[in-house]
Amino acid sequence: MSLRSPLGEALGRGAAKAGVHHWWVQRLTAIALVPLASWFAVSLLAMPAHGYATVVAWVGEPWTAVLLLLFVVTAAWHSQLGVRVVIEDYVHGCGMRTVLLALSTYLHVLAAAAGVFAVLRVALGGAA
Amino acid sequence: MAARPTSPHLSVYRMYRYTLLTSVLNRATGLVLALGLILLVYWLMALAAGPAAYARAAALLGLGVFKIVWLALLAVYSYHLCAGVRHLVWDTGRGLERAQSRASAYLVLIASAVLFVALAAWLLGRGHAA
Repeated sequence: MSLRSPLGEALGRGAAKAGVHHWWVQRLTAIALVPLASWFAVSLLAMPAHGYATVVAWVGEPWTAVLLLLFVVTAAWHSQLGVRVVIEDYVHGCGMRTVLLALSTYLHVLAAAAGVFAVLRVALGGAA
Repeated sequence: MAARPTSPHLSVYRMYRYTLLTSVLNRATGLVLALGLILLVYWLMALAAGPAAYARAAALLGLGVFKIVWLALLAVYSYHLCAGVRHLVWDTGRGLERAQSRASAYLVLIASAVLFVALAAWLLGRGHAA
């Protein structure tokens, strides 16, 4: 049995709040992606054909649009977190690492923004 | 350059160890799925741009080469899904003993292979490209 006080045990070990944020969000997005990605894959495979009219009608359904939005944003988020860890682990040059991390973040935000815009445009009927 | 002690390089690891293999595979499949995200956004943007743009994208994505791409994406998706579930179980503090971890590594390989074969059969059985 330790004679140290609970406060003494906790002090100096670093904050367990912001530090676990990356880890926690990676898990949250992972759990969400299990049903979302499966739904997306099954939906596309179950579609008899992927013609323009068919796909527009599919995206236009309310639940499809909502799930697609969630899928694109969650996938981009999870991907950004994952690619970030890989870059941090394997790219050792400090300058190159910073550049790659920034580039990866920009590209993932771009992907999420474009995906969200595209789904909204099709679902809300703004497409030409 | 000063000669400093360096950490062991890739060559000293036994690459066939299941622990290393499953970890590397999970990362590699995740990276491939990140590339798949680009295809998804390209497809959605083409859809949003209208019928002409969508027809161009569909013609490109319908090329024979992309059959391999779809199969590859289904394969890496199957693995990343199963391996991801294994990680989530680990996060609850379960299955971390060596025997359990070895068993779950094989389970992941088998489950993802079965899932991939089922999805691939579905894709190829559709008779359509893309």
